Amino acid sequence: MATINVNGQEIEVDEEGYLVDLSQWTPEIGEAMAKMDDCELTDAHWEVINFLREYYDEYQIAPAVRVLTKAIGKKLGKDKGNSKYLYELFPYGPAKQACKYAGLPKPTGCV
Amino acid sequence: MADFETPKLKDYIEIPKVQEGVMAHSRPFESKEQFQVALGYPGELVDNWEEKAIEKMGDLLGKYRSFRVFLDSCVKCGACTDKCHYYLGTSDAKNMPVARQDLLRKVYRRYFTFAGKYFPKLVGAVDLTKEVLDEWYSYFHQCSQCRRCSVFCPYGIDTAEISMAAREIMDSVGLGQKYCNEIIMKAQTIGNNLGLPEPALADTLADLEEEVEDDTGVPVKYPLDQKGAEILMVTPSADFFAEPHIDGLIGYGKVFHEAGVSWTLSSKASEAANFGMFIGSYENMRKLALRIREAALELGVKRIVFGECGHAWRVAYSFLNTLAGPFDFLDPRYPVPQHICEFTWELIKEGKLRLNKEENDHMRLTFHDSCNVARASRMGDKPGGQFEIPRNIIKATCNHYFDMPIDTIHDATYCCGGGGGLLTDDLIELRVKGALPRMTALKQVVDEHGVTNMAAICAICKSQFTKVLPYYDFGMDMIVSVHQLVSNAIVLKGSIQEKELDGVEDEEETAAEATE
Repeated sequence: MATINVNGQEIEVDEEGYLVDLSQWTPEIGEAMAKMDDCELTDAHWEVINFLREYYDEYQIAPAVRVLTKAIGKKLGKDKGNSKYLYELFPYGPAKQACKYAGLPKPTGCV
Repeated sequence: MADFETPKLKDYIEIPKVQEGVMAHSRPFESKEQFQVALGYPGELVDNWEEKAIEKMGDLLGKYRSFRVFLDSCVKCGACTDKCHYYLGTSDAKNMPVARQDLLRKVYRRYFTFAGKYFPKLVGAVDLTKEVLDEWYSYFHQCSQCRRCSVFCPYGIDTAEISMAAREIMDSVGLGQKYCNEIIMKAQTIGNNLGLPEPALADTLADLEEEVEDDTGVPVKYPLDQKGAEILMVTPSADFFAEPHIDGLIGYGKVFHEAGVSWTLSSKASEAANFGMFIGSYENMRKLALRIREAALELGVKRIVFGECGHAWRVAYSFLNTLAGPFDFLDPRYPVPQHICEFTWELIKEGKLRLNKEENDHMRLTFHDSCNVARASRMGDKPGGQFEIPRNIIKATCNHYFDMPIDTIHDATYCCGGGGGLLTDDLIELRVKGALPRMTALKQVVDEHGVTNMAAICAICKSQFTKVLPYYDFGMDMIVSVHQLVSNAIVLKGSIQEKELDGVEDEEETAAEATE
């Protein structure tokens, strides 16, 4: 099983770099994962990550892209409530990349 | 991300020079014990896997006559060699359909034919070794089961069926693929491939209702688990989650609303896709199909309609009745099941939908035939209906439509590159390279006709194109849902769009304008 080192602690991740034990998540782990992808997390990224975590707490699944864009649009203004904005933040796809940093499982299926 | 070079787009599809083993490294992640066991397979590779694999092959040969005929009848004519998109995109010799079949055929000959048992070298028969098993795992996960090669085979040998059998044999000895098997487990326990539980589904649909009412002024409903509804809508769960899929779902709801029929989605059957087919497992395919039957009975519906999902339509159209029938409790006046495109096209023909094509004037469209719809099913009551009906809908909703070259559409369509259980990030190199023929054909209509968008009726195709289009310097949002076009064009009765078109302005607006 693969691990990543965060502040001297070995954290278990799966073959695609997603957390194995979701309860282990800390913001530092999110930062460390992003760094491995050469991605610097800004406040804009954290808005998305925090929303994902809140949604996951309630529904045990990541939100649909449309639900996410609407929520971000409400919070940050309409010009940011679209998937183009989210792809600028998370070029590998908002659902998959942002979920990884947020410590959520990878969405499966035809997505 | 794996390092690889995206092929260069040329003006036409070129047959590459054969290379040995250039894709031998391509292997999807192996399944985990928990997924294997849930599907009724051993958790890991069993000790006597060779013996068990041959036993399973014998079992399949006994069950499926076609499987034996396909293994026996190849005459090595070569007609299939340049027909596979994965061969065209990768140039790997083993991605020629005949070579892919031979991976299994050479083992079949060794254990099940007289010549192979006694004179193996003369007939190219080999023992099943770990090297052979590894090759199977690699190359039977480089076949999207699209069946294009079988169209050109003079014997009609179906490589898809051989690759399904190979995957079933591998699963039965404990060597499964993570992507497919995790998804099948989720669909069998939660109800859909995404693992979307009922509360999340309800919340997403409520959100959509709000959005559509904001856009149109009409309270279009997206009902869930509504007993007594006339129609059960079964659609891929990607329609609830991803883009542009969700715009298609919005379109279905608007069509049902305008038709004035009651309909419902089901949280139990919240998935049209049936990955049991991809791994060649009758038992797992049946379990998934039975959820649809149970939901239809519990909700008391009279009709079942399927949304935009390619292989789901193959399972529904070709196998649903034998897998989960009889459906004698449904209204016999309608096809069992019906495709949403058939439903919408009927309404358009009867003049029951008002469509404003100008709403799609910002797009110039082409249509990608999805392989399972094109080559493994039909729509409507005439041969070729599966090609005509989606195009008819597009032409009824858009002013600018152009087909891609004829040898790349209809039953000769090229796979998107991500079908058959290969739509996973660990196979991204294969997916990008396998999309080359379709991307080349698309470029032709972009250059000749200024095409801006490509429509499709399959969740896998839509997700695959969203991902691979940018590798070929096209925009990811170039791919659209067919019912997204319907959704854009439809003028709902009492909607804001209707008022705008008919010039009946709101009194308040007129007053406001007058004071400006």
